[in-house]
Amino acid sequence: MSVTPKLIAQEWRGTYTLFKKEVLRFWRVAFQTIASPVLTALLYLLIFSHVLEGHVQVYKDVPYTAFLIPGLIMMSLLQNAFANSSSSLVQSKVMGNIIFVLLTPLTYLQFFIAFLAASIIRGLMVGLSIYLVAIWFVDLPVTHLGWILAFAFLGSALLGTFGIIAGIWSDKFDQMAAFQNFVIMPLTFLSGVFYSIHSLPTFWQIVSKFNPFFYMIDGFRYGFFGKGDISPWISLTVVTAFLLALAWLALKMLKSGYKLRG
Amino acid sequence: MAIPAIQIEQVHKRFGTLHALKGINLTVKQGEFFGLLGPNGAGKSTLINILAGLLRPTSGKISVIGHDVVEAYQAARMALGVVPQELVFDPFFNVREMLRFQAGYFGRGKENDAWVDEVIESLGLTDKAHTNMRKLSGGMKRRALIAQALAHKPPVIVLDEPTAGVDVELRQLMWEFIKKLNRDGHTIILTTHYLEEAETLCSRVAMMKQGEIVALDSTVNLLNKFAGKNLRLQLGRASLPASLLPMLKHGENGVFTLALNELSQIEFALAELRKANVTVEDMQLIEADLEDVFLSLVGGT
Repeated sequence: MSVTPKLIAQEWRGTYTLFKKEVLRFWRVAFQTIASPVLTALLYLLIFSHVLEGHVQVYKDVPYTAFLIPGLIMMSLLQNAFANSSSSLVQSKVMGNIIFVLLTPLTYLQFFIAFLAASIIRGLMVGLSIYLVAIWFVDLPVTHLGWILAFAFLGSALLGTFGIIAGIWSDKFDQMAAFQNFVIMPLTFLSGVFYSIHSLPTFWQIVSKFNPFFYMIDGFRYGFFGKGDISPWISLTVVTAFLLALAWLALKMLKSGYKLRG
Repeated sequence: MAIPAIQIEQVHKRFGTLHALKGINLTVKQGEFFGLLGPNGAGKSTLINILAGLLRPTSGKISVIGHDVVEAYQAARMALGVVPQELVFDPFFNVREMLRFQAGYFGRGKENDAWVDEVIESLGLTDKAHTNMRKLSGGMKRRALIAQALAHKPPVIVLDEPTAGVDVELRQLMWEFIKKLNRDGHTIILTTHYLEEAETLCSRVAMMKQGEIVALDSTVNLLNKFAGKNLRLQLGRASLPASLLPMLKHGENGVFTLALNELSQIEFALAELRKANVTVEDMQLIEADLEDVFLSLVGGT
């Protein structure tokens, strides 16, 4: 098919339809996909701030509770961006209804964009909801909005892409859950959601620097307080590089039809 | 010359050591009602999945209205609507939403909604248009699947075992609708186990066996080739007189089926049996149908 305006309009509508379906899919069950992670994050906030406020101070002039909130927002945003694409793909593979998309003229790139965009929306919605609730309780400065938005966007894109890879690779729900429990959870908890890596022994500081989640959370937090463990530019570079590498892998899998087309 | 609806050239498919399709050649003309028959494992679904782009051929070419299903897959899939064999559904949406999404994937927008409503109505789904897919009965899910395949108004429609597990009433309704689509110019390709269906609906059939096409002709010609009636004789323990052996189609456990070219042969057979002092316990005259064609070509597996 030659590229004509009609074809472009058709492809745009195809991509948009799949995106819309993916957004509605989680929105229909928003209690589970939005409200529940927001509640979980607030429980973390309540407990950790109660226990540690006044005992721990990471940055001068920044109370621990305020320090904690960007970490919790980012953690939930990342987990939910991952959950959106991965669970949608695994579910439609197990149910068999992925066939409805595979029978269409949608290209692998359209497929990728639609699933990714829906994951980003879910991640951002969860993140924003936690922020809007949290600022009722805690004073949270916004020093560099640009960095906040950049890391929120890149973080949800990175995990949305990772979710696409996990969703294509997993044949069953428990395989996807293994990604969540053995990869995503440890990487988030060890990334500095609850602490600054400067409080760690040197060895663990070095280990943390191999964790991409550390850069997403540190860069995001920098946007709020104007300070972080490392320069946001380094974080931006690392996160972008990871995103590109995973996107390359996801597109390669989709293009080859890996586990989707025999 | 008109472009064929489906052109299949030398298609092979191997799954590891299994040679599932062994050089399939087949052309289906536009506007045909074509039947693809064969026992389980013959390769029908493999062939359809390659046609639909769900599998890739090991070698060979398939095109839909002239568009190669690998090289020009977008144009090929635009022209194709596939009703899958499994009762799959998306549990998050209702019937109308699903149909609009399906049309949207193909780039169709609001201008297509009237067609979607027409499909819903023709398949008797109007009452269920706002029902979640999850809550539909098996028969209704089957209708919704057919509707989904039609949502983008494809010129070529493939139905993979559409009537498996469908009650008689729905089967009638479905066939009326599909016959109407065919009259309106859609090409229909049907795989089925129900030979009666193929016989009444399809103008041409291909019969597959172990990855090969073993017969390909118009339904009328296939029936004519086997047009002779069959005489089934139950002879108890006696054996068939030697003079009748040339007419024997098959025989076991004292039941012999003789092929008749003309009815006068019945008299001949009975005379020979009497001469040989063989008592006939039971006798039936049987019309040939696609099942005979099918069994003689595919049977023995």
